[in-house]
Amino acid sequence: MSESIDIPAGPPIPPAQEDLTPIERVSARMGISPEDYMLPAEREIRMLSPDGTLLPAEEQGTGPGHEYPVPGDDLLLEAYEQLIVGRRVNDQNTALVRQGRLAVYPSSHGQEACQVAAALCLDEGDWLFPTYRDTVAVIARGVDPLEVMVSFRGDWHCGYDPLEHRVGAQATPLTTQLLHAVGAAHAAVLRGEDTVVLAMCGDGATSEGDFHEALNFAAVFRLPVVFLVQNNGYAISVPLARQSAAPTLAHKAVGYGMAGERVDGNDLVAVLAALRRAVQLARSERTPLLVEAHTYRMQAHTNADDDTRYREREEVRQWAEKDPVLRMEAYLRSRGVLDDDAATRITGNAEAVAAALRQAMNAEAEPDPLEMFDHVYTEPTAQLRQQRDRLMEELAAESAADSPDAQEDAR
Amino acid sequence: MTAATQATDRRGGAGAVSAARQPAPVELTFAGALNAALAHSLEDHEEVVIFGEDVGTLGGVFRVTDGLAATYGRQRCFDTPLAESGIVGTAVGMAINGMRPAVEMQFDAFAYPAFEQVASHLAKMGNRTRGRVRLPVTVRIPYGGGVGGVEHHCDSSEAYYAHTPGLKVYVPATVEDAYLMLREAIDSDDPVVFFEPKKLYWSKADLDVGRLRSRYDGGERREGRAAVVRAGTDLTLVTYGPSLPTALKAAQAAEEEGVSVEVVDLRSIVPLDDVTVCASVERTGRALVVAEAQGFASVAAELVARIQERCFHSLASPVLRVTGFDIPYPAPRLEQYHLPSVDRILDAIDDMQWED
Ligand SMILES: Cc1ncc(C[n+]2csc(CCOP(=O)(O)OP(=O)(O)O)c2C)c(N)n1
Ligand SMILES: [Mg+2]
Repeated sequence: MSESIDIPAGPPIPPAQEDLTPIERVSARMGISPEDYMLPAEREIRMLSPDGTLLPAEEQGTGPGHEYPVPGDDLLLEAYEQLIVGRRVNDQNTALVRQGRLAVYPSSHGQEACQVAAALCLDEGDWLFPTYRDTVAVIARGVDPLEVMVSFRGDWHCGYDPLEHRVGAQATPLTTQLLHAVGAAHAAVLRGEDTVVLAMCGDGATSEGDFHEALNFAAVFRLPVVFLVQNNGYAISVPLARQSAAPTLAHKAVGYGMAGERVDGNDLVAVLAALRRAVQLARSERTPLLVEAHTYRMQAHTNADDDTRYREREEVRQWAEKDPVLRMEAYLRSRGVLDDDAATRITGNAEAVAAALRQAMNAEAEPDPLEMFDHVYTEPTAQLRQQRDRLMEELAAESAADSPDAQEDAR
Repeated sequence: MTAATQATDRRGGAGAVSAARQPAPVELTFAGALNAALAHSLEDHEEVVIFGEDVGTLGGVFRVTDGLAATYGRQRCFDTPLAESGIVGTAVGMAINGMRPAVEMQFDAFAYPAFEQVASHLAKMGNRTRGRVRLPVTVRIPYGGGVGGVEHHCDSSEAYYAHTPGLKVYVPATVEDAYLMLREAIDSDDPVVFFEPKKLYWSKADLDVGRLRSRYDGGERREGRAAVVRAGTDLTLVTYGPSLPTALKAAQAAEEEGVSVEVVDLRSIVPLDDVTVCASVERTGRALVVAEAQGFASVAAELVARIQERCFHSLASPVLRVTGFDIPYPAPRLEQYHLPSVDRILDAIDDMQWED
């Protein structure tokens, strides 16, 4: 039924199935209707109750076409370690902002399960396109925390090499990065690579035009992109009800011809399970998917924000009870995967990351003003060279005036 | 009739994909030269991809991509959904992941939805990442008036892009530059906004595409190299893009009235070759800037300021400019009153200070 599209047949889709849309192909194999495959399951996927006990399979929200196997213990322990590091990074950075060592830090305290899962569901060759809030995901993907903090400290806009880690520069203009993710996936498909790209955005950002354009392009060109929406209920002060009248954000997928799913974003087991399956489907079926993770930002939007102006303390308190760290710890301990020794080792690792952050951020930054001209183009234009020279002269005059000799002369 | 349908009617002939097979020299149109440049870029670099609205089967509303999808395959030249931000945004992502996209905006004013991607990412990514991520993306924009186009089809939007650090802005005005500069834009590791004057699409020159290709392969480059396209002694007329033919006509008419006008074609606005401009003004002692865009806060304004700063002691007259008025681009029946004309340029030349 589908029009042929401008994408090579290539692996991994068997040529005979090329004329089926991914939705038709996957739903047929699962024995459900395309609508049932695309629509999110009736309830959000959840595996752990807030106290950390594993829910019985029939209470996990899963069903035909919406099956989510619980990840293995090794992966869960690794994820837990990243969770602890992530929480420590968030809180250390929040403290550093208060001490005036950072220019800004949008904390993901409370959302670390989403952050960690977003990084751990990907293979090395895959790509991640994060936002300003996704520092912990970037670090969990393996980028040096000190390089990530370059931007929040105010030394430069991006401190890491996106190509080395296959992590886009953390994007601030809302949902613009989703299109970059789609383009990166398109490039990979054109080269016949089986790369998956995971793109992150917030609930408020789903109102932006680029959200629509990105999902539409990904679906039309059948690109392996997983869109992860962290729904933390607010866009700065504005609650979700003011952004969207959709039944859930996951439902938005259906209009584009892709599958959407909702997951408890404070349940690391569930987020990891949901994203791993999404990534696996994206790779094997070359199709985009949308995952909405329902979570909560426990702190203000950034240090500059005052969240008492728009949300009740009682609401914040209730979410504290659903904390992803406590839940995961209780579960892993109950399974015997986490014991005191492992817990001590993990806390020690997190502490070491925090100490390195403190040390680096407390050292005086000395960004080179002349570097401002160096990267605008591959080669500075004549005009930029002239402006650079002028600043260099100003700096030289300043430092001459500051030199002991000059101060002596002045006296 | 829209500019697009005029394009089809007037052009009639084949693009350079077929022109390339004909014996030399042939009459090559501006659009045909662009088509050949795209074709040769696809041939020379496997990471080049072309996409946009109607660029595939149709070959673009101005036929600049005519035959490319058929010749090079639908993975190399393809239609996208109607979403300009999507086109530029995915081009950014493709470039991050190793491709070299050359995308088409259907018309000048329809590139505005893409402006956030252009200004916030295309222009800034190299700087943001300290040169680690360069975006070799070309954004082609058919632009300007003079073709009887209706609203939203005639804007001269170059100043928005020229004002955005990190972008290069090319404005070819001749058939040969159309070819050479589009090749150069696609090969550039910096993002290039490539302005194609709509009213010049059907201009022609006796040029052999194969010769042009070897000239390009031999290293002939245009970026940041303004051209003195007409020598003169009394006045320097600085212009670019769609205004060049008008400027040359005015220079010819002025010559008949006894004023020798040197004409400088900028070719690229960014980088700007102010050295060639100023050297000419220092020789002639007078400067007039001609550009179709509205003059307020424009590229023409930048040129006037620069000439005044750098050539003050050589100037025998205030630096003047002839530009479009500061109005939204007028309806087709009014555009003749808006666009810089030969007469208006001659009047400006008269208005200059001539007594010693
Ligand atoms: C295009 C654009 N408009 C506005 C802003 C300012 N802004 C930054 S974050 C934000 C709220 C985003 O909310 P959401 O998408 O829910 O993500 P969250 O901050 O909750 O993680 C706004 C309005 C921006 N960064 N980009
Ligand atoms: Mg939010």
